[in-house]
Amino acid sequence: MVENRHHQLGLSDETVLEMYRMMVLTRRLDERMWVLNRAGKIAFVISGQGHEAAQIGAAFALDRTKDYCLPYYRDLGVVLSFGMTAKEIMLNAFGKAEDPNSGGRQMPAHFSQRKNRIVTHSSPVTTQVPHAAGFALAAKLENKDFVTFVSFGEGSSNQGDFHEGANFSGVHKLPVIFFCENNGYAISVPLEKQLASKRVADRASGYGMPGFTIDGTDPLEVYRVVKAARDRAVRGEGPTLIEVLVHRLTSHSSDDDERSYRDPEEIKKIREFDPIRKFNHYLRSVHLLDDDLENKLEEEIARIVDEATEYAEKAPYPAPETMEKFVYKEEGDV
Amino acid sequence: MPVVSYIEAVNMALEEEMKQDPKVFILGEDVGVKGGVFKATAGLYEKFGENRVIDTPLTESAIVGVAIGAAMYGLRPVSEIQFADFIMPAVNQIISEAARIRYRSNNDWQCPIVIRAPYGGGVHGGLYHSQSVEAIFANQPGLKIVMPSTPYDAKGLLKAAIRDDDPVLFFEHKRAYRLLKGEVPEEDYVIPIGKADVKREGDDVTVITYGLCVHLAMEAARKLIAEGISVHILDLRTVYPLDQEAIIKAAEKTGKVLLVTEDNKEGSVMSEVAAIIAEHALFDLDAPIKRLCGPDVPAMPYAPTLEKHFLINTEKIERAIRELAEF
Ligand SMILES: Cc1ncc(C[n+]2csc(CCOP(=O)(O)OP(=O)(O)O)c2C)c(N)n1
Ligand SMILES: [Mg+2]
Repeated sequence: MVENRHHQLGLSDETVLEMYRMMVLTRRLDERMWVLNRAGKIAFVISGQGHEAAQIGAAFALDRTKDYCLPYYRDLGVVLSFGMTAKEIMLNAFGKAEDPNSGGRQMPAHFSQRKNRIVTHSSPVTTQVPHAAGFALAAKLENKDFVTFVSFGEGSSNQGDFHEGANFSGVHKLPVIFFCENNGYAISVPLEKQLASKRVADRASGYGMPGFTIDGTDPLEVYRVVKAARDRAVRGEGPTLIEVLVHRLTSHSSDDDERSYRDPEEIKKIREFDPIRKFNHYLRSVHLLDDDLENKLEEEIARIVDEATEYAEKAPYPAPETMEKFVYKEEGDV
Repeated sequence: MPVVSYIEAVNMALEEEMKQDPKVFILGEDVGVKGGVFKATAGLYEKFGENRVIDTPLTESAIVGVAIGAAMYGLRPVSEIQFADFIMPAVNQIISEAARIRYRSNNDWQCPIVIRAPYGGGVHGGLYHSQSVEAIFANQPGLKIVMPSTPYDAKGLLKAAIRDDDPVLFFEHKRAYRLLKGEVPEEDYVIPIGKADVKREGDDVTVITYGLCVHLAMEAARKLIAEGISVHILDLRTVYPLDQEAIIKAAEKTGKVLLVTEDNKEGSVMSEVAAIIAEHALFDLDAPIKRLCGPDVPAMPYAPTLEKHFLINTEKIERAIRELAEF
């Protein structure tokens, strides 16, 4: 008999199926963007493939009605879980006027959507970490019980802003969850050339917070640890650093070819670490998923991805004369 | 109307804004218990408590970055950078983040922060406690840079900066802190950001400047009355974005323009002012545009002889005005 792990975590059958559905939607959207890129229809794609279990496990452990997330470019699964739609993701990929992230101003995968508390970020890595401390400081000053979730790669954990933001949060015991998606590479540079310590999580003790290194291909384990971190934060016990070990299933981005630096054997084997396949097995083992349901789900998602693509492709680009808008607050704006 | 110093005017503005808006708070190094190394925040910790006057770790990028996060949430942070020279570790947060948040989110998010920092030399501060840093930021659409020249302006402009919905860099000349005194109303008033101010009407030579140099130019103008030279003085007050209309009008007024800044010459705010005049008022000029600026050395040296040689003073301004008047 296979152990039912999600019931032990207090997760209903419906919720874990929703998590699985979100993982598949994330993957299929991501795959479609690669196809569009190779077809010359979108200029750039940067992928979350391999990170889905970590992203969705984490997002589902947060309170998605009030927590703030400060994602980085791989976090397609996080922003979809926080309420961004497939259509909005495709509008972003095409750089169309209706894109809620930036109206076609930023490159794809620079997420932002205020109504869903997804905070705008830039390209220079890790600048969002002090911002997360700022949102958390606001929670403390305003006596609000929301938590701030901020994510970044392991290479990015070398930036000063990680250390300044983590230390500030530790000193002021702020409700922040630092979420490092460690995929072993920063573009081409492997972990051992990035970190002097063994683990990113080792850095937590320097900032007075607990640090955990966990399997990021298991959404239930990620859920468990992020949930505990959220509970700590809400109790006023301060921040937590969580390092999730994941695999980057693609090249760094559509402009990179990993074959120049990654061992061919490693590339060949990488799909064995596919977190979606792993979760699929689990759900089948507890009799929540079978071929019928999987096919139904895949069909529904394929339809969503098709519709989103079609809509975004037809949608208008921003008019050139809108370029000068919103440098500063404009008269009449509230 | 009480007569107060420039730094007291800064302190008044902070206190008034914190009283009238509970979302306003201060963060920076030594700003709390000590009241700031220059005492700009003196007494505020006692009045508003440690949550609204936050002694931060020594961490400039976070002093700005944390403020950016809090501002995006909806608070009104005022970050203090202890000396303008030490803003460098926070430049990425200011330029890549604060300046671009409204633009890159297509107006979905905004970043109403104020960053206060004492700038300028003449206090034996050497290379790293004397610099003018405005030129680094004065080509970044999305930012506003305010540099008041009097206690009255300091209070009204700081209040406007705190209420502004975009990021404002607010540079206070540290030698002005106790040197300059003036009448400052106790009532609430704001001075609009982006508007230059004619500090003195005159007919022969126009001086355009900002910050402490306004005071020096006013002294020079008073001395030159005896020589029959009438000086018109425009105080930029906001050095970015510039008040083009006022600059053009001031240049046309006399046709002879002296641009003064303590910053070094190349690529300074005054280079842009000169370009505006050249583009829009060339045929109203009766003499070449003249710039009086710090020398093009990396920063102000320490020894008194060197520091004095670097700095703008009344005599240097007088001489430059005289040359233009005689042209
Ligand atoms: C400050 C800065 N330097 C360099 C880059 C270029 N760059 C983009 S992503 C990246 C690697 C990031 O690696 P990691 O933090 O491990 O995240 P991952 O992409 O592996 O998820 C680099 C060097 C950048 N965006 N910002
Ligand atoms: Mg990485």
